[in-house]
Amino acid sequence: MAGTILKAKNFNAFFGQNQVLKNINLDIMRNDVVAVMGPSGCGKTTFIRCINRMHELTPDATAEGEILVDDKNVYKMNLIVLRRKIGMVFQRPNPFPTMSIYQNAIAGYLLNGIKLTKSKKDEVVETSLKRVALWDEVKDSLHKKGTFLSGGQQQRLCIARAISLNPEILLLDEPTSALDPISTSKIEELIYELKKNYTIIIVTHNMQQAGRISDKTAFFYLGEVLEYNVTKEIFTNPKHEKTQNYITGHFG
Amino acid sequence: MTINRSYRKIKLQYIGRKEIRRINFTEASFKKMLLLSAIGLVVVLLAIFVTLLISSLPSIKAIGVGFIYGKTWDPVVDHYGGLPFLIGTLLTALLALIISIPFSLAVGLFLGEYFRSGVISGIFKNIIELLAAIPSVIYGFWGLFVLVPLVRSLETTLGVPPYGVGIFTSSIILAIMIIPYSVSLTAQVISLVPANLKEAAYSLGATRFEVIKNIILPYTRSGIFAGILLGLGRALGETMAVTMLIGNSHIIPTSIFSPGNTMASVIANEFTEATGDIYLSALIEMGLFLFVVTTIINVIGRRVIKRFSIN
Amino acid sequence: MTIEYRNIRNKLFKGIVIILTVICTLPLLLVLYRITKEGISAINWDFFVNLPKPVGEKGGGIANALVGSGLIILMASVFAIPLGISIGIYLSEFKKTKLAYFTLLSVDVLQGIPSIVIGIIIYLWVVKTMGHFSAVSGSIALSMMMLPAIIKSTEETLKLIPDTLKEASLSLGVPYYRTILKVILPAGITGILSGVILSVARVAGETAPLLFTAFGNPFMNTNITKPMSSLPSIIFNYAISPYEDWHKLAWGASFMLIAIILVLNIITKIAQRKWRVQF
Repeated sequence: MAGTILKAKNFNAFFGQNQVLKNINLDIMRNDVVAVMGPSGCGKTTFIRCINRMHELTPDATAEGEILVDDKNVYKMNLIVLRRKIGMVFQRPNPFPTMSIYQNAIAGYLLNGIKLTKSKKDEVVETSLKRVALWDEVKDSLHKKGTFLSGGQQQRLCIARAISLNPEILLLDEPTSALDPISTSKIEELIYELKKNYTIIIVTHNMQQAGRISDKTAFFYLGEVLEYNVTKEIFTNPKHEKTQNYITGHFG
Repeated sequence: MTINRSYRKIKLQYIGRKEIRRINFTEASFKKMLLLSAIGLVVVLLAIFVTLLISSLPSIKAIGVGFIYGKTWDPVVDHYGGLPFLIGTLLTALLALIISIPFSLAVGLFLGEYFRSGVISGIFKNIIELLAAIPSVIYGFWGLFVLVPLVRSLETTLGVPPYGVGIFTSSIILAIMIIPYSVSLTAQVISLVPANLKEAAYSLGATRFEVIKNIILPYTRSGIFAGILLGLGRALGETMAVTMLIGNSHIIPTSIFSPGNTMASVIANEFTEATGDIYLSALIEMGLFLFVVTTIINVIGRRVIKRFSIN
Repeated sequence: MTIEYRNIRNKLFKGIVIILTVICTLPLLLVLYRITKEGISAINWDFFVNLPKPVGEKGGGIANALVGSGLIILMASVFAIPLGISIGIYLSEFKKTKLAYFTLLSVDVLQGIPSIVIGIIIYLWVVKTMGHFSAVSGSIALSMMMLPAIIKSTEETLKLIPDTLKEASLSLGVPYYRTILKVILPAGITGILSGVILSVARVAGETAPLLFTAFGNPFMNTNITKPMSSLPSIIFNYAISPYEDWHKLAWGASFMLIAIILVLNIITKIAQRKWRVQF
């Protein structure tokens, strides 16, 4: 299929004996924003953590089936290659506490030992920070610690850190759940901008948010994908009763 | 096709095969290093035990149980009875424990209940920590010049032979040295008593003393016991200060003011001069004894603490 | 029981607790007082640059012990720090394994082993093998005594570092070993360093494990395969000698040792307060 960047095929994930993802089949198109929604404990976060194989960091965690990125099975790829191809942003902003804003923005290069000239470094920092609309706010304090920024700024710094390596897919795990409404709306605008360059998969609790920013929505329930469709369709014409209940606020 | 395009655009994701192999190798070596260092420590501990055991064998074979009840230690005639040192060790350690317990408890209550935070608490906490930081040899030196004359005049008043050095003097120094260890645990467990338990008692009109006596002490009994036990472990193996203050006599002590010797002080005094395999082996056997006893005490003590802090 | 009686008993008990606590601080004050008083008068230029002189001759110093202590501790740190941090990382990264359980148990046991027993062990392992006393055997003995504090402070510091930092680094494609070395360790550096400094302060005064290893040496020696003097061993030997001159040197050496230990303790206190990494 042309334009498919990510494909999950009969994918299952477990914590010990406990199956948290059941037979997931999902195709994601290049440059789409896909919202992953559902009540807590339904496996949304596990799903995106399986895409860049963060899932297996948890002791006892296992997975079977296939996830293909650009037609390559992620479980057969080199971890480093895979994770440089797929950026991730976490629920709580987590800039590296020992690094300055500048260093945080190019942490992917510093930590991977990729040597850059000074001017190239400056360029990467400036472009990444501009892309997340943080440049104007921090350009005079680039050498302060990243942890001095406000929560919203920190989260944008984390997004800059993730995109500085030019990934193809960006995984966002409830990136605004720890932020205030103004910071949240900034991040949402940002996602709208970023979708020109990246494919974005965003886990969210917030239905309005999913409605505002996503092209497609996957509705997870008890480890299964109950419904996956164009967002508008899901919100106006849900096929499944559970989806309808969730959207209308009957549970979750 | 789309794939090729994206790969060319983003060179970073492309890492050479060689590079990957190098990273994988370093990664594996790093994990192996962590694993080996952890295994190494366990192996070293086992090796310590085995080495001590093997090196004690000549003495165990030659002397047997006589090592425990033999009253005379005379290397010149190859006679090695360890009873005087066993008694000396137990007597100094127990006496030190008895002296230290009221103080450890008081400081534990002071830091864990009466003054839990603030300037006063900070000052006393630091002083107790520094008490633990002073080296054993300096306590011994100080004891020799300050404590010994004091004890000597006390002995003169009491009408016992005024040696100055001896079991009693060593026990005082040992008590000073073990108080910080017991206190750090005692204060910790006392501060962990749930506030609601204490408040319940206060609300019934209990005074603070009654709360301490009826709530805090019963609740923290096992933790305080562990603190005392770990203090005992330290007292049994403490070497330098005791060596300098105990008088180094090979005769079984007859009173707490007698000079004596502990196992650790005999090892310190005689190890480098020990000629003859059995002599050296007998000293190592005492080391083995100290190792086994302190290990048992430590393991039990830490178990108790762990169980306490989980509750 | 009248209320008055109960109140008096309550106050009396508090009074006893305070008195006993104050008595506990006396030894420290008395030790510091005596050592400062006797020690300062012993310290002059000769004290730092000269070797001990025969009894009766003026101007003896402890240059050999200062250099010896410095070298022995430096070497002990070189052995203990990488090993201790490595074990600490293992314990915090693989905390649920069986090996971690036994390693942690070994740390506890090692911490409780009397220092004189460590001396015996290193005598049997190193001194007997080499055939003679040596500074390096003393360093190995001290490094074993440093390990528990370094391991525990590393493990406890790393345990407090949020997992999300590690995940952030791994998600950038950073290999595990680089994540540990460049993200996790720097974030915990204050705690690890204070453990290291405290362990140095602890072994700086250790005498018993040096008796049968580094032994002592009345001359200046910087050859690590030969016997070497140290501050604690010089204090021990001179304190139990009958000569006034040597007692004076011992007081001076004690003052130096206490000063070093106090400074190291103060450094850790400040470090823990000021340079703590904010998450």
